[in-house]
Amino acid sequence: MTVTAARGGRVTGKQDGAVHPRRSRDSYALFLLPGVLAFLAVVVVPFLMNTGVSLTDWQGVGSPEFSGLANYRRLMDDAEFWESFRHSLFMVVAMAALPTAVGLVLAAALFDHVGKHFGDRTATVLRACFYLPQVLPVAVAGIVWSWILAPDDGSLNELLQAVGLGSWRQDWLGDPDLALYSVMGVMVWVQLGFPLVVFMAGLERVDPQLYEAAELDGAGWWRRFLHVTLPQIRPEIYVVLTWCTIAALKVFGAVYVLTKGGPGGATNVPSYFSFTTFFEKTQVGYGAAISTVLTVIILALSLVGLRLQTRAEDAEEGHRT
Amino acid sequence: MKAVRALRRYPVLLALCLAALFMIVPFLIVAVNAVKSPAEYSRSGPLSLPDGLYLDGLKDFWERVDYSRKLLNSVLISGSVAVGAVVLSVLNAYAIGIGRIRGRTWVLAFFVLANMLPQESLVYPVYYLSKQAGLYDTRLSVIIVFTVIQAAFGTYLLSSVLSRFPREIIEAARIDGAGPWQVLWRIVVPVSRPTLGVLLVFFFIWTWNEFLLPLVMLISNDNQTVSVALGVLQGQRLMDATMTNAAALLGVLPALVFFLVFQRTLTRGIAVGAVK
Repeated sequence: MTVTAARGGRVTGKQDGAVHPRRSRDSYALFLLPGVLAFLAVVVVPFLMNTGVSLTDWQGVGSPEFSGLANYRRLMDDAEFWESFRHSLFMVVAMAALPTAVGLVLAAALFDHVGKHFGDRTATVLRACFYLPQVLPVAVAGIVWSWILAPDDGSLNELLQAVGLGSWRQDWLGDPDLALYSVMGVMVWVQLGFPLVVFMAGLERVDPQLYEAAELDGAGWWRRFLHVTLPQIRPEIYVVLTWCTIAALKVFGAVYVLTKGGPGGATNVPSYFSFTTFFEKTQVGYGAAISTVLTVIILALSLVGLRLQTRAEDAEEGHRT
Repeated sequence: MKAVRALRRYPVLLALCLAALFMIVPFLIVAVNAVKSPAEYSRSGPLSLPDGLYLDGLKDFWERVDYSRKLLNSVLISGSVAVGAVVLSVLNAYAIGIGRIRGRTWVLAFFVLANMLPQESLVYPVYYLSKQAGLYDTRLSVIIVFTVIQAAFGTYLLSSVLSRFPREIIEAARIDGAGPWQVLWRIVVPVSRPTLGVLLVFFFIWTWNEFLLPLVMLISNDNQTVSVALGVLQGQRLMDATMTNAAALLGVLPALVFFLVFQRTLTRGIAVGAVK
């Protein structure tokens, strides 16, 4: 590896340099070649194939039969599909809205209060506790929680019993009316650390004088939060909301391990729906249509998120000058 | 007044500590129950402290799923992906951030979009193509796919880091007769080592935690990763409570080790990654 690197360097080194600036610029394009080729093979071609397959009737064997927009028309009338998307909105609440809101308050409290009065060390340890679930494989988080939420001797039910609330015992993941909320609760636990860490890092670049000035003006903690913290870390808020919303729309592993979309489809989400359509029902064309719709929604959201983020950054720069 | 103020500090700290405790309680009860014997578990339930250390549950589970093998697979796959994706990201970002090739904004936008694509829209074609290529159910197939997917993020992050690379250093090396390859390996890579380290750690852990693609691609027991093996077992619901806890604990431990070793890198990196 190093030998070829050095040799390659020597050869091209003679050709360009300051004498032929244009040529040297082009020679850099060669560095992009492996990346672009790998990308075509692993991302672009499969993505186009998937879109193509979504226009066909295909069971995964034999040759696909072109069927135009039939799969998409079928989606329109498929109650199961709409139901799975409705569940996605619940996941957005659990994985983006709630963690962002709670994460903001926690980050501000840790930074502005705990950090100041009890030392950075305390704040760091607390932050680490909140972040811990984030490093767990989601399959493992699923195992932990499906055991805690088990109907008979699950820890949560045992705990309720122990504190005299035995009548609150539930089949948390097996009751169709409850399962979605239980999964949401687990996802809040999983997700909370991410916004917290991003926001705390964001707060570190906020000028401390802003806080001091606000404090001198007699602003309490809540007003400082509203008028200093929030506007200052607006770019981070957009980033976190965009990332978490996308993650929420893609959520798969947790649903697979916790509920398998059940009971009776009560926790089905688009990614799990497309997975079962591909590999269990082997309706590949239809599964491809589901994942294509999901992709379009995610890309549109990403673009909106990026847009908001750049606008927030521009606005912030405008303030500074 | 001052004393009142000082006293008012503690409720907030107390509330935060309680919340933090709530976050780590699941880890604690898993650890406690993984070292209980089935008899003790059924006698005293999940909330009591264990009488002693009962390690047979862990041992049984380890042997039953051939956990050493799963660990090895996970390390091999995540390690190769981390190294491969960092190399690929560096090459891409070098062309975009330092080479400033023409049309770089579009190239970058292309990588960003590819990074946002849900894996659901790639999974069937990847499954199908790897079958055609004879790579289905091999660790190599997963390594290739994740190297490219992680490199999309790496390219995005590194390009902006490298576009702010001090030009004078590069110019000076050029004047001394260094070509692009030499500039890359002797100057750019060593100088950006901290960022590359963050990426390496992230790629490793992200790949370790991946579930959907490995679930689809690695069906044979010998090739499965830790995440997939545990997830599949859980899906079948064949395990008793002690076994479940042994599985959960063995799944948590590697993550915990990464966390303790890389805590700083992780928390700093996630912020860097998110904002730029």
